[in-house]
Amino acid sequence: MSEAIRRFGPAAIGVAVALYIFDKIEMDPFMSVVIIVLGLAAWLLADTKYSKWIGVAILVWAIVLPLFHDSGQGFIDDANIMLAYVVMALGLNIVVGFAGLLDLGYVAFFAFGAFCMGWFGSSFFAGVNDGEGIHIFVSDLVSQQAGIHANFLVVVIAAVIITAMAGALIGLPTLRLRGDYIAIVTLAFGEIIGRVAINGDSIGLGGGETLTAGRQGITPVDKIDLPFVDVFQSLNLRPWYWTALAMVLIVLFVNFRLRDSRLGRAWIALREDEVAAASMGVPLVRTKLMAYATGAAFGGISGAFLASYLNTVNADQFQFSFSIFVLAMVILGGLGSIWGVTVGGLVLAFIINTFIPDIARSWPRDVGLDFDLTEISFAIFGFLLVIMMILRPEGLIPERRRQIELHEGIGGGEGTDLYEARV
Amino acid sequence: MEAASVPAPRRAASDVAREWLSKYGLIAVLLILPVVYGLQDLSDEGDLSRLGNNIVDGLSNGAIWALVALGYTLVYGIIELINFAHGEVFMIGSFVAVAVWSSTIWGPNGLTPQTATLGLIAGLFVTLIVSMIASSSLNVMIERVGYRPLRNAPKLAPLITAVGFSFILQNVGLLWLGGSQEGVTDLIRSQKEVTNIAGVSISRGDILSIGATIPLVFLLTTFIAKSRMGKAMRATAQDREAAKLMGINVDTTISFTFLLGGLMAGAAGLIYALYQTTIWYFQGFTAGLVAFTAAVMGGIGNLRGAVLGGLIIGCIQQISDNRIGSEWTPAVVFSYLVLIMVFRPQGLLGEETREAG
Repeated sequence: MSEAIRRFGPAAIGVAVALYIFDKIEMDPFMSVVIIVLGLAAWLLADTKYSKWIGVAILVWAIVLPLFHDSGQGFIDDANIMLAYVVMALGLNIVVGFAGLLDLGYVAFFAFGAFCMGWFGSSFFAGVNDGEGIHIFVSDLVSQQAGIHANFLVVVIAAVIITAMAGALIGLPTLRLRGDYIAIVTLAFGEIIGRVAINGDSIGLGGGETLTAGRQGITPVDKIDLPFVDVFQSLNLRPWYWTALAMVLIVLFVNFRLRDSRLGRAWIALREDEVAAASMGVPLVRTKLMAYATGAAFGGISGAFLASYLNTVNADQFQFSFSIFVLAMVILGGLGSIWGVTVGGLVLAFIINTFIPDIARSWPRDVGLDFDLTEISFAIFGFLLVIMMILRPEGLIPERRRQIELHEGIGGGEGTDLYEARV
Repeated sequence: MEAASVPAPRRAASDVAREWLSKYGLIAVLLILPVVYGLQDLSDEGDLSRLGNNIVDGLSNGAIWALVALGYTLVYGIIELINFAHGEVFMIGSFVAVAVWSSTIWGPNGLTPQTATLGLIAGLFVTLIVSMIASSSLNVMIERVGYRPLRNAPKLAPLITAVGFSFILQNVGLLWLGGSQEGVTDLIRSQKEVTNIAGVSISRGDILSIGATIPLVFLLTTFIAKSRMGKAMRATAQDREAAKLMGINVDTTISFTFLLGGLMAGAAGLIYALYQTTIWYFQGFTAGLVAFTAAVMGGIGNLRGAVLGGLIIGCIQQISDNRIGSEWTPAVVFSYLVLIMVFRPQGLLGEETREAG
């Protein structure tokens, strides 16, 4: 009996919590039941021959989800931002999870991506081409406006190139460093770029243009404009959702393919033991720079999407706490584990965007206390981080390689065995 | 082999340059700002008093950063954890200090600048003790709840609990005093000039900040160098396994390290409140970032390095605030940090270790 409780107790609690939350975010009852069944199936049938089909079923569920919902606001709005964060978490996972390079300045790439969208997809540089503007593959809506207007796909390609280069550049000074010294250099770059974004309105580029719009933000930003599809509207969020989902799928695919590639194996070798990897012929410099560049590129894609979706590029978004937030997704999900990081990203983004401000805020009033939970949202977030980390230090879904190391103590562990053996 | 037979091969110019760079490059980098602005002062005003004032203010600020940085470096030295909650511990220290000195046990308005000198000194001494105890017990508690259960967990797990605690404490500060900078009584009239040496004014705040930091740092270094517990701390930092085998209680030692770091942070909190005369919930975050940078700059794990790093960063900040504009100061500080990492990856006083080879 107790064995049954231990095995299925967490699942029962999980189902109850999920039902409560789905009810609160007004998810369609049918869709809630389906995802709970699928979640249970995934939990029970993990690593069997059925797990692939469950993955497909969850994917189909995710694709049809917006059809069951109001297209204007609410749940879909939160879902879009959650998906964009997952893209960033998966990008950071390459740097921190695969290659083992602790990056505390990931916000820099979010900034670069967002500014690519701001520079090349808005009327910000109003003076270019004598006020006529430059237009690259854009629809009629913006083709009369001043400034540089490029198609979203062009901007994304530019963002990938620029952020990858920025990532490699930021990686350069860290090549001689190891461990937490890398963390501090990346942190420093993140802060420098954040500062430049804030003070960029006083950096002139000639012709009356400035580098950024500082705290006022670049706004409005062009909506996504894909070939064969109508220009995205801010009132119909479904196309945004499908774009974000497609981004996540592409990033997931790239993550899986990279992890099992020659490069990915080199990253993991580097993470496990740098000296051993180097003596086995892994080119350290190139491998590390590739990790930075690839991780950064995903941040850039997500940044460009978020800039267009949120319709602003505001320098206040690019704070150190954002880097920490994305890092928390990666570590909480399970360092190096692709599914873990996906889940970690969804969970944390959900907690911060929906759970605390929308769902939990009225709890104290419901039990008759006179305060609002949003006043202590920071503390709740911090508390949840502490609790989740203490309960599952290896992350929600640990990478199998790491899990084996932890439980069988290969090279790791604090060697209590040795001590106890003597007692 | 041709090369082997040549007795003393001429070294390539690039090697010489590289050696020269690693030896003197760092000193050159550190001197850029003061030298440039010193020359500018000499040509504009004919003396160096403006630069001198910058440096005096910088050293007093830097002394506060140094105390906070000691906490980072102690903790990092012993468990290799960037204790992100440390800045918030410092912030709580400030808040406690202000709460103690404005409490009514000292009189109807708490301690005020009008309180008799002897009473003021005694009151501030008690405040110092209380804020040090508060910060250190907070730090020890965080270690007990957040880090000790994760001792055998993956290395990055405690980093996230540290961030979690930092958020919690920030929220405590936010609820305590609200979200804006809060002015506090200028108890010691910190701006009042004490002496003026060749145009460089030295205020009471400067005297307090430097005068309180030196004995604290001296006590701390002596304690770690001489006492039995200090020896245990050094042993644990070097090799936890071996320390355990030698009969050192590793958990107690680590707790004690957090205690010492908290004591320094509490003292820094009081000095900060007296010197800056404003406190707010976000001060810990900024101070934490700056102090951590100072610890890394000096060579993380190295006590003297942390103090040196703190003082240098204080000076850079003051010069940058005064000449370049305070909105650029963080960028200047972090650019310095990157340059130092490029020239001397192990930090100013750090030894070449496995971590920074």
